[in-house]
Amino acid sequence: MVAYFTEIFNGLLSLFIGMGITFKEFFKPTVTVAYPYETLTMCARYRGHIELVPDEEGNPKCVVCGLCEKACPSDCISLAGEKPEGGKKKELTKYNLDFTRCSLCGSCVESCSFGAIDFSKEYNLASTRKEDFIFNLLQRLEEKKK
Amino acid sequence: MNAPILLQPDETFILNVGPQHPATHGVLRVKMEMSGEYIVNAETVIGYIHRMHEKMGELKTYPQFLMNLSRMDYLGALGYSHCHVLVVEKASGIVVPERAEYIRAIMVELNRIASHLFWFGAFVMDLGGFSPLMYALQDREHILDMLEAVTGSRLTYCYFRFGGLYNDIDDDFIAAARRFIPRMRKSLKKYKALVTGNIIFRKRLEGIAPLTPEMCRKYGASSAVARGSGINFDVRRNEPYSVYPEFDFDIPVYHECDSLARYMVRMDEIEQSLRIVEQGLDKLPGGPIMPDKKPKIIKPPAGDYYQAVETARGSFGVRLVSDGGKNPYRLKLRSPTYSNMHLFDEACRGMMIMDALAFMGSLDLVIPEIDR
Repeated sequence: MVAYFTEIFNGLLSLFIGMGITFKEFFKPTVTVAYPYETLTMCARYRGHIELVPDEEGNPKCVVCGLCEKACPSDCISLAGEKPEGGKKKELTKYNLDFTRCSLCGSCVESCSFGAIDFSKEYNLASTRKEDFIFNLLQRLEEKKK
Repeated sequence: MNAPILLQPDETFILNVGPQHPATHGVLRVKMEMSGEYIVNAETVIGYIHRMHEKMGELKTYPQFLMNLSRMDYLGALGYSHCHVLVVEKASGIVVPERAEYIRAIMVELNRIASHLFWFGAFVMDLGGFSPLMYALQDREHILDMLEAVTGSRLTYCYFRFGGLYNDIDDDFIAAARRFIPRMRKSLKKYKALVTGNIIFRKRLEGIAPLTPEMCRKYGASSAVARGSGINFDVRRNEPYSVYPEFDFDIPVYHECDSLARYMVRMDEIEQSLRIVEQGLDKLPGGPIMPDKKPKIIKPPAGDYYQAVETARGSFGVRLVSDGGKNPYRLKLRSPTYSNMHLFDEACRGMMIMDALAFMGSLDLVIPEIDR
């Protein structure tokens, strides 16, 4: 009989202790952000999709060695280049990233010994069309140049 | 209006839980044969998100397969990557610098805490309490921020490399981790008062779903499922790997065998992981994070290699059979939740449905990891 009432008392007490904790938490400062009205800046090492890195003149640093293409586990990257007439080095003519298959592992950036590709900080990439995720990185770089 | 279906006294009906059900935490389907509110028989049906990770392991080269491991268990990804890099390092004889191994242990333990916190929140939510989930996620957020600042991603880290790490940790990370430890200890006290002591919570778990140690052994259960049934087995202690022998930590074991025991094991494990992180930060040696000598192309000599690690969900093992080529000949991934889940069919017979769902929560199932 005593045990029965002790249990009821202790049980009620445990509920009030819990209520006390939630009550205290109620007055703690907000830690969340009202996305999309407020957004956070990504940290320096954030791994977004890749982008081409320009040199001082705004042209891509890429030398079309194709190592990133080989390093990619999912065949996301397709690039092409050709030698301009009279030029010595190959120049990039196409650099496409199929972001639908990319898993953001960063193997491509690691494989590049010329520092020609880097992670972007972009993360608002939602779209309903598949074509929006085939990124023409060369075109993006040229747009940025302008 | 349809007339209600009247069942005969000895008639049973089939209740289909899932594959899209909040209590199954993923795409797990359970076919339950019910007699009223009691389960007569249950059958778990898996395979809804099978992605052929083992086959992918055979088709891809070793570095290309690295990122797949973090896609298996999205809550405690680093433990799985750790196992994979360890077995490939063992096979190809790569020596890992001490600093890298310490950082790996710290990261894996932080990830284990994050995983347990998420499990804690989701488990309490299964039982009907919403606020603890929010508090647990707030604490987990601190870990994710720390890991993001170092690895570059929040969930599917691709941080470990054969021989070392992708990035070194900086002073900011160390300071943040040191700040986090007392914070988490304070939160643990809060959880203890808010959840562990709660009468409704205790009544729903105490003495419910007893799992005998024999049954755990029969199904190959590990992690808190086995340790809650009095089996003192932890790969970190029983088959030491990495730098775990250097750390002083306890393996929480409970002998009650019920759902509450499994809950208690995980909550105690958070404290033990905090201890490991603390010691790791104190003992952290200097030096490089990648070895000086590392083969350019990973081609382990022909042979059969196995490595097991203790992840947040139990003992995970990778068996690697190499024929000396660029790709593995066979890559078997032994997933702990697969064994833990199959207990459910046998153990839930005769249980009431809400007890069975609470029991399922205490198993800490992550479905992509079962299906892999």
